[in-house]
Amino acid sequence: MTRAFQKIYTRIDNITKATVTLRAAGVGNDELATVGGRLAQVVKISGEEVTLQVFAGTEGVATDDEVVFHGEPPTLRVGDDLAGRFFNAYGQPLEGGAAPEGEPRQIGGPTVNPFRRLQPSELIATGIAGIDLNNTIVTGQKIPFFADPDQPYNQVMATVALRAQADKIILGGMGLTNDDYLYFKNVFENAGALDRIVSFVNTTENPPVERLLVPDMALTAAEYFAVDKGQKVLVLLTDMTLYADALAIVSNRMDQIPSKDSMPGSLYSDLAKIYEKAVQLPNGGSITIIAVTTLSGGDITHAIPDNTGYITEGQLFLRNDSDTGKVIVDPFRSLSRLKQLVIGKKTREDHPQVMNAAVRLFADAANAKTKLENGFDLSDYDERALGFAREYSLELLSIDVNVAIDAMLDTAWRLLAKYFTPAETAIKQELVTKYWPRSGN
Amino acid sequence: MTKGKVSGIVANLVVVKVDGPVAQNEICHVSAGGAGDGRGGDRLMAEVIKVIGDEAYIQVFDSTRGLAVGAEVEFAGHMLEVTLAPGMLSRSYDGLQNDLEKMSGLFIERGTTTDPVDFEAQWEFTPLAAPGERVVAGWWLGEVREINIVHKIMVPFALEGTYTVKSVAPAGKYKVTDTVATLTDSAGGEHSVSMVQKWPVKRAVKAYTEKPRPAKVMETGVRAIDTFNPITEGGTGFIPGPFGAGKTVLQHAISKQADADIILVVACGERANEVVEIFAEFPHLVDPQTGHKLMERTIIICNTSNMPVAAREASVYTGMAIGEYYRAMGLKVLILADSTSRWAQALREMSNRLEELPGQDAFPMDLSAIISNFYSRAGLVRLPGGDTGSITFIGTVSPAGGNLKEPVTESTKKAARCFYALSQGRADSKRYPAIDPLESYSKYLEYPEVQQYLDATVEPGWVDRVMRGKTLVQRGKEAAEQINILGDDGVPVEYHERLWKSELIDFVILQQDAFDATDAYTRFERQRYMYNMVLDICERSFAFAGFEQCAEFFKELINLFRQMNYTEFEGAEFHNYRKQIEAKL
Repeated sequence: MTRAFQKIYTRIDNITKATVTLRAAGVGNDELATVGGRLAQVVKISGEEVTLQVFAGTEGVATDDEVVFHGEPPTLRVGDDLAGRFFNAYGQPLEGGAAPEGEPRQIGGPTVNPFRRLQPSELIATGIAGIDLNNTIVTGQKIPFFADPDQPYNQVMATVALRAQADKIILGGMGLTNDDYLYFKNVFENAGALDRIVSFVNTTENPPVERLLVPDMALTAAEYFAVDKGQKVLVLLTDMTLYADALAIVSNRMDQIPSKDSMPGSLYSDLAKIYEKAVQLPNGGSITIIAVTTLSGGDITHAIPDNTGYITEGQLFLRNDSDTGKVIVDPFRSLSRLKQLVIGKKTREDHPQVMNAAVRLFADAANAKTKLENGFDLSDYDERALGFAREYSLELLSIDVNVAIDAMLDTAWRLLAKYFTPAETAIKQELVTKYWPRSGN
Repeated sequence: MTKGKVSGIVANLVVVKVDGPVAQNEICHVSAGGAGDGRGGDRLMAEVIKVIGDEAYIQVFDSTRGLAVGAEVEFAGHMLEVTLAPGMLSRSYDGLQNDLEKMSGLFIERGTTTDPVDFEAQWEFTPLAAPGERVVAGWWLGEVREINIVHKIMVPFALEGTYTVKSVAPAGKYKVTDTVATLTDSAGGEHSVSMVQKWPVKRAVKAYTEKPRPAKVMETGVRAIDTFNPITEGGTGFIPGPFGAGKTVLQHAISKQADADIILVVACGERANEVVEIFAEFPHLVDPQTGHKLMERTIIICNTSNMPVAAREASVYTGMAIGEYYRAMGLKVLILADSTSRWAQALREMSNRLEELPGQDAFPMDLSAIISNFYSRAGLVRLPGGDTGSITFIGTVSPAGGNLKEPVTESTKKAARCFYALSQGRADSKRYPAIDPLESYSKYLEYPEVQQYLDATVEPGWVDRVMRGKTLVQRGKEAAEQINILGDDGVPVEYHERLWKSELIDFVILQQDAFDATDAYTRFERQRYMYNMVLDICERSFAFAGFEQCAEFFKELINLFRQMNYTEFEGAEFHNYRKQIEAKL
């Protein structure tokens, strides 16, 4: 990345924890530079004064360190040789081996013209009924898991990724523990899927600000495979909360006024720029983003999950169900906005009504449980609802279920018929006539 | 024309040293790559937002990546403008009125501009004014047919004072740039008028004689709105709600069904896939009011969340200015903006970069004033020729953390007359649309002129019946609270009856399946019929033996009513269910 007549600066005027400022000429906004051997990016220009954000932090940077400008923003060399490789946040190979040799592309590139997008319409089957039945995911969608740090979100995400039949899976790991990094590696290796996978990983051992590059790196690779090669690409981003924390660190060190929860005022736009890369393309290629946003104490009103919820097309909640001892996909708080595009259209006609009826009756069970806890007598209906809820959790909501969607619907009908009358389900009469199991079967 | 050179850059805020006069909100263009290193050659549009001495602070409507100190800036001498002419209907614009369909590549490359209308198209012009006529801005000089509407060619809004028509072109085919009329001002100066005019988006069009109070209700086909909290032609409303509460589904339902001549959908900082849904569906869906394709009455202004932030702020104004143009033709315009919170956030990002002292939640201090000012541009107006036109504006608000006490919701509440609060609790229990029947209100129900209108068009005493229904819902909620505290057995059976009556109203009237072709859209006639049927049942007294009998009775009743909602109005099945209900009673 050297240019002819590259000028070397050796006088840094100001140093903060994350930034350095020096006098330089002809520098472009967003341009990369090297400060004493560390990568940095231009974040502010004022006359001749240029402020650089040093990704690895400024510990040990001296006022006479060499500063070299690269003349271009961060880039990734894209090509088929990315497949099967693990990279760091700068796109350099993690375990030795040759650097990728493809064409360099600037990361964080322009927006797809909304008019050229197609409406997502291809279902992604995961075998998990909490997703396929209640919160169906579609190619081109963006959806996060909202999870507490102790929940097995990375495992669920890896399962979803491997079952999803994507042409490429791109993992963007931010603040991943080394153990989780090795977990993903092993799972992908054991599944024999390594050649379909590209990973950009920033672990907890790396400086936090480096994480800011990870989603853009992952999505630049995703755009190459989806746009240039027409492939179905699934991007996994974990953990976006740590990404947002890094944004807050930088914004704080740039003396910006924080808005809600100490987050930068631009958090919504910053997150949207990432998530909106999810797209269904006219050439058949697609980018689907499944992310993880960890919550603190289950609080979804915190600025990070809150802004995320307004950007993504739904969210998936994991919850420990104390009645059955299983981890389930919470049917109340989870939502897939794009499910309407496929349920009852790409899946069986009874899907929407069965799904809604079952969730509504599950809610009745929750009310009955509250009554029970408050010491009130249960009615016959309450008892039936509770029975239904137990079996529904076990046979459908639990994340260890792996069945086809038609089988999920059949199971749901069986449970409805076991515990309720058709009128109590309030399902359209024509569907009841067609699908209600005959008694004794 | 004033020129300048870039002297500082932070994200999309750029400081320019200027060599002459500049105006606040003046538009300028930055030549990216102007440092002479041959990078790019993009002309980036920007707007002046602050001036200090010879330094203009501009917000760039595009990415400033690679921009360097010394880049050339040219000032345009005018504010951000829209181009107003026949040929805007059914188009999809970005926030700066570039036609998205005309852009060639998959990606929107920086600095791309496209024409908002087709300047080569020929329009069949019919003159309306005659030489010698005294005219003012907004006066109709002639008309052309734009798809299904009669598009008036007006005296440009920018012309102040009174003019005399010197000549009007005879009927025939003209391009939008051809002169179709010549006017003389009081000093004898001549002005040529074509079919195209420009207007600065942040300024309200004042080409009307008065702004009367709105009196007519606009049908949306959504029962929770039309029956319980109707909005008027020329009214304002807003829909706050946490994510997942169904704001977008509700807005789409309104945009598909509302009884308006023109629908402007402003997708402001929201998801691109939501706009794609409109692109994909509207060209095929039929407008239930006229039988034409929905797209034919629609204009989309689309600045999705990943498009440049500064243009997001511009997009709501672009939508409003286009709306005002069509209103001046005597049309009923409906503007839907999703979401105005994103626009407020764009203001916040800029305010932050300008290092202004922040107000609550880091929003700019004048947020409330900006929002009221914007909402005040909607309304019913009497045009210079005596006709009326209206802009109905419905904005969504995305309150942070679902908390309705945040600044954007609070400020909007002061400005808008209808409040459709979406509740998390209703959404969680899948009671859609999640419009909270007790929190929400329509101030228009208090207007005597609206009450008279409903008396005449629905039935005498309608508003009183609506109020009685609201009281029943309120009492049902109170009963539910008592039952929760005291238990099913701990309260008189009458409490259960109250609860279930409010459930009946909720399930049959307030809840509506937006994805069912029949139930999604309920005409006023059907709303009246169903509401009267439900209210009559609610106003009877039943003597139930116990709460279980009561619950069972109403559950069965609700099921029958819901099946009825899915059938064609006044069809055989519909009456079959009605008879079953009557038999049960």
